[in-house]
Amino acid sequence: MSISSLPAEGTAHASAPPVTVHEERQRQSRLSLAMVSPSVAVLLIWMAVPLAMTIYFSLIRYNLLYPGDNDFVGLENYYFFLTDEGFTAGMTNTLLLVCSVLLISVVVGVLIAVLVDTSFWGRGIVRVLLISPFFIMPTVSALVWKNLLLHPVSGVFAAVWRFFGAEPIDWFATYPMEAIILIVSWQWVPFAVLLLMTAMQSLDQEQKDAARLDGAGPVAIFWHITLPHLARPIAVVVMIETIFLLSIFAEIFTTTGGGPGYETTNLAYLIYSQALLQFDVGLASAGGLVAVLLANIAAFILIRMIGKNLTDKG
Amino acid sequence: MSDLTIRNLKKSFDDTHIIKGIDLDIKDHEFVVFVGPSGCGKSTLLRLIAGLEEVTSGSIQLDERDITDVAPAKRDLAMVFQSYALYPHMTVRKNMSFALDLAGIDKAEIQRKVEDAAKVLELGPLLERKPKALSGGQRQRVAIGRSIVRNPKIFLFDEPLSNLDAALRVLMRLELARLHKELNATMIYVTHDQVEAMTLADKVVVLNAGRVEQVGSPLELYHHPVNQFVAGFIGTPKMAFLKGTVKAVSNAGVTVALDCGPHYQLPHQSTSLKPGDDITFGIRPENIEVVGADQSPFKVRLDVTEHLGADTYCYIKLANGEMMTVRAPGDFMADYGQNAGLLPDLSQAHLFDASGKTIPRPRTPAQAA
Repeated sequence: MSISSLPAEGTAHASAPPVTVHEERQRQSRLSLAMVSPSVAVLLIWMAVPLAMTIYFSLIRYNLLYPGDNDFVGLENYYFFLTDEGFTAGMTNTLLLVCSVLLISVVVGVLIAVLVDTSFWGRGIVRVLLISPFFIMPTVSALVWKNLLLHPVSGVFAAVWRFFGAEPIDWFATYPMEAIILIVSWQWVPFAVLLLMTAMQSLDQEQKDAARLDGAGPVAIFWHITLPHLARPIAVVVMIETIFLLSIFAEIFTTTGGGPGYETTNLAYLIYSQALLQFDVGLASAGGLVAVLLANIAAFILIRMIGKNLTDKG
Repeated sequence: MSDLTIRNLKKSFDDTHIIKGIDLDIKDHEFVVFVGPSGCGKSTLLRLIAGLEEVTSGSIQLDERDITDVAPAKRDLAMVFQSYALYPHMTVRKNMSFALDLAGIDKAEIQRKVEDAAKVLELGPLLERKPKALSGGQRQRVAIGRSIVRNPKIFLFDEPLSNLDAALRVLMRLELARLHKELNATMIYVTHDQVEAMTLADKVVVLNAGRVEQVGSPLELYHHPVNQFVAGFIGTPKMAFLKGTVKAVSNAGVTVALDCGPHYQLPHQSTSLKPGDDITFGIRPENIEVVGADQSPFKVRLDVTEHLGADTYCYIKLANGEMMTVRAPGDFMADYGQNAGLLPDLSQAHLFDASGKTIPRPRTPAQAA
């Protein structure tokens, strides 16, 4: 399909208009195909070419320190990547990061969404403030956390610790993964709040009234009415956040640089370090493909679990 | 027993007074309908009774027990909402048993109560379905079933039929009337539809702007409205209101001159009216006869006529701009713009003074009952 076929088709039929419904429909479908083909083609190229190149790189020896030495090595890169000591750490850390942040953002998100649903003075401003962390660039927020909040000498936390007479904690040295989880949660809780807050507004007030008449207290209303109502938006939060959390990079790069050791290295950071710190493009490509595979498995499971929930009308 | 007594009940939201002092007595087994135009406070009054809104001042008593500040669930009341408010993720069975589950009642007992209610409402085959898989009428029945299982002293209904289509509404109306007889229950029903009010109620409470205008049986309201508002609100098409002045007052009645022309001698007894006072003459569409232009002093030009089969509604715009409707027999034929005369049945006429209060008219034996 190419764009040049479009005017040719148009002129051919301008002189002889289609007679039957069938012909007209055929012409329509050809036309629509011609219309969408450029974007489809561009998308395909955007996806297929890098994928093909990555697959190619993953099968050859390709180290920037040894130019020209690009022999075909089969699956050797995959073997090295999977047996690399960083791989297990990267996998565990990715899982840990994704799961913790998901848990925190859903639990905290639901609580905040329920809290700000009751009306109080200044609610509009509070809502905007709650959502605003989401609009800050990951690098910027990581830097703010690193230098202004968690810094053992000049950070706000250190000042609080000192105020109570405690020894300030060097977060990135002592609890590196927890610190990363804290930063990433700070960014992604607002997303959950945003979605759940809007969902709360569509909760039928009469349902709550009915539950009150049925003898349900605030806790029972939360468990039996609010939470089931939020099931769908929570599923959406989990799905979308998983996709983004699998590829967290900027926060790790700006704060711990994957360390100490491999303690905060996730898959994305591992691949980066292999390609651009160890200059082994072949190994990094193999890692990239493993990550693609894992992401697809995750997506498959999520869509099986949650997608059904979303389309299910019952 | 379930006697509800409301004394000087008031409700304000900030500076807006919604309910401005209501006194009301509802007796055991009565079907009471609150009716009024939108914004008159009828739904708020119901929510106050249910305990869903806090009372600003006044008291509500149920069988000598003051429930003004009692939690909604502890009042022995059940409510059916306009949107039904079924719990969407629960089955019909769970929807109906929810209140009992929360109360921690024995499982077998719950099962029995739900099955009983389902039988009364013919919900048996639907018990395991979710609300989404039900039609509007079925959802309505589930909402009623949810109330029945709690065996409340009073059932509250908040415009329960307004989400149904016209045919189903008539059906559910009959079903509600049947249910009222079968359960021998006390019911309070809020609606803006005066047909529902007239057909269902033992006692109609007409509300306007946060006050009770009149309480009475449907026919009492129809024949003896206490003021012009009630007279205009009850009855379709609306009663015609024609402005006029009093000519003479005597023992035989009141003589009035209408602005649109005719003079009438009415049987109403009044001590407060004197010649020259402004009055409003009210006559229902069904109490007027259309005759030839030369047979009546009340001469008009007919506007549009609507044929409904059983009746014909003739719309009339009088020379002085007043509008009125006449209900003629179904086979009545008239041309647009045709001249005609009107013969009102003066024994059925209503008379209101300048402030809108009714001048009482003599009761016929049938109406007095």
